[in-house]
Amino acid sequence: MRLMLGRTMAKGSIVAGCLAPHPPHLVYAENPPQNEPTSEGGWEQLRWGYERLRESLSKIDHDVLVILSPHWQTYVGTHFLGLPHFEGLSVDPIFPNLFRYSYNLDIDVELSKAIHDKAADAGLAVKMMENPDFRVDYGTITTGHMVNPAFDKPLVVISSNRSRHYYSVEVMQEMMMELGRVTRDAILESGKKAVVLASNSLSHRHFTTESDVPEDMSKEHITSHAMHLWDMRIIDYMRTGQAQRIIDEMPEFTEQAIAESDGGGLTWLLSTLTVPTYPAILHGYGTIIGTGNAIVEWPCYAHEEV
Amino acid sequence: MTNPVLASYVVPVHPHPLLVPEQNEGWQRLRDAFDEARQQISDSGADLIIIYSTTWPSIIGHQIQADPNPTWTLVDQDFHDLGSMDYSFRIDAEFAEAWNKANHARGLQSRTVAYNGFPIDVGSVVALKLLNPDNAIPAVIVSSNVYANRAETTVLAKSCLDVLKSTGKKAVAVTAMSMSNRMFTEFIDAADDKIHSLKDDEWNRKVLEFLEEGRLEDVAQLSRTIHQQIRVQKVVTFKPMWWLSAMNDNRNDLTGRVLAYEALHGAGGAVVHLDPTSNGMGDKEYDEDDVEVYHGERNVLDAEGSENTPEAKHVADNGPALWDPAEGKDAVNTDSAPTPVGLYPHARRVGDLLYLSGVGPRQPGTNAIPGGPIRDANGEPLEYDIKAQTRAVVENIARILEEAGSSMEQVVDVTCVLVDMDRDCAGYSEVWAETLGHYGPTRTTLAIRALPTPIAVEMKVIAKI
Repeated sequence: MRLMLGRTMAKGSIVAGCLAPHPPHLVYAENPPQNEPTSEGGWEQLRWGYERLRESLSKIDHDVLVILSPHWQTYVGTHFLGLPHFEGLSVDPIFPNLFRYSYNLDIDVELSKAIHDKAADAGLAVKMMENPDFRVDYGTITTGHMVNPAFDKPLVVISSNRSRHYYSVEVMQEMMMELGRVTRDAILESGKKAVVLASNSLSHRHFTTESDVPEDMSKEHITSHAMHLWDMRIIDYMRTGQAQRIIDEMPEFTEQAIAESDGGGLTWLLSTLTVPTYPAILHGYGTIIGTGNAIVEWPCYAHEEV
Repeated sequence: MTNPVLASYVVPVHPHPLLVPEQNEGWQRLRDAFDEARQQISDSGADLIIIYSTTWPSIIGHQIQADPNPTWTLVDQDFHDLGSMDYSFRIDAEFAEAWNKANHARGLQSRTVAYNGFPIDVGSVVALKLLNPDNAIPAVIVSSNVYANRAETTVLAKSCLDVLKSTGKKAVAVTAMSMSNRMFTEFIDAADDKIHSLKDDEWNRKVLEFLEEGRLEDVAQLSRTIHQQIRVQKVVTFKPMWWLSAMNDNRNDLTGRVLAYEALHGAGGAVVHLDPTSNGMGDKEYDEDDVEVYHGERNVLDAEGSENTPEAKHVADNGPALWDPAEGKDAVNTDSAPTPVGLYPHARRVGDLLYLSGVGPRQPGTNAIPGGPIRDANGEPLEYDIKAQTRAVVENIARILEEAGSSMEQVVDVTCVLVDMDRDCAGYSEVWAETLGHYGPTRTTLAIRALPTPIAVEMKVIAKI
């Protein structure tokens, strides 16, 4: 049954928040027509997790997907895709053997600009990206594909400001908490129903070699036990509604697990959800070239007034 | 053989000098410096431009661009409002493939990339468009591996030199890199650009002073300190100087000239020319070991090269008994050399001379044999790499010499034994020429029937202390 939550209400809402990691291996393993390389599958645990997420989201009415991708890395402020349409070929610079994807996607420029303007009012350095030659990053495309392979809903794409590298995890969190707050405000004011997605892995120590058959699952495992313990700790907080503890432990997690939360996406996501106290749904967990990846959904529609 | 690098350059990575030099006097001075470097390169007679770019990070070892004609339009992720950068480059794909092969021969993980639409990084695009605008000279681009350490980056350069020497090509080496890399995190007017802090500026000037004095290896040795002091901890560290110095034989007596040094949104951008002509005052002040072959932990998937490999296990299970090194007056022993296969020390001092026991390629601690054992557990012959074995022998010798307070320069006489002279003499001699042969010791090479472990080469060394 499709939930038509909030359809008659003018006020916008965040209907779901998702941790939706972007390793291109997942697209490669699916053999979609948009991607040139072909595979024999692989990483099924995660791909089945994405199937469950898609199924869940298909039951929730929503207008737009708002993605923060750690692979659009900006050092001077936070940027937003600011043109209504982008298309082209995305080649992963690190795994070009796996990901050469022809993308074609629409942007909700109105909502992008609204978040941009509110962030500027809040004192954050922000910029709209309006160069038509710009190539959309593969993190956005991978997450976009895994959540909605038809790309038939517009996106808002937010860059990953690398304040963690310039300052600290604490400063990054301050900025991302604020960005999350204004993202939420802009969505509520827009009258639109949005799914917000953080496109990042958890622990993020890669193998530095690749097996001859990249999808050879006999070679796939977490890089170290310590990484596994950190991933399970964070997932446990998610599943038990303890998001505040994730925020509190983010500096240690980011440092010790070399976590991709350094890009700010996870903090931003939890902020958009006002640091939820209700349990998240774990759709899947698995490793990709040694990194830890969880597909997680916070079903806001069931817990918030929308 | 003389070094085939005709000149080296350090150039900045940001697009301002390419796209909008007129917006800031400093950006224009950087553009003018690029233009001067372009003319120098054009006049140099170089066959190849080799770029090591810090804005191309990689994870699976190093990647080398091998598309003969990569063509695209690049837009910078931060400075997209400055405009688009159309490019169409001429890449020496044959050289790229040869370099990749040479990397593997020296123990490195690497691969070539040749895909339509592959995103060539901003540092490489800026460098090639400004230094080689008409593609008169073919280029090669190599990535900066995020996990690479000094040894790996140094060996990357040596394998590049291997190919240059074998092909007879002369090259210009370029590192696309910032000095201090801290940008302003807010938007600024172009006219207000300056180095982000006084500290960054002072360090930049000190590094440039070193380079102007031609002390490239000293800068390479200071790389970690420089990174701690003036580098934002992004994924790529201040490692290009390791590569550039190794491309120049780790010298400190180059002729350096800073063509420009300016701010690029707060980061330090410099165009530096390093001429291989000796400035005549090149004391080698560095103290880190040179390295010929990479023995790192790249093989995470299979743990190859560790004590768990079949080859190492075979040696441990079926080889001769291993002994603790003999102690005694004047004995020199180290954990950094292979465990003896009998009761003898690694070396012994006599007056100001040092006599080493025969040294093979087995790895200290693991007994793994770089290049592979020459026979299996049943005595059946195996394919092996004599060059890798010889390099490992030389590295083991270097460790024993260092333990004794000596060095490769102090080696006087070497007796080498090979188990298959016909097969291996050429490869062994090639590595000799690259390593010990540099220092001019006398050498005797003998063919023998076998050695105690399944190795193909061993050396007996006498050195001064």
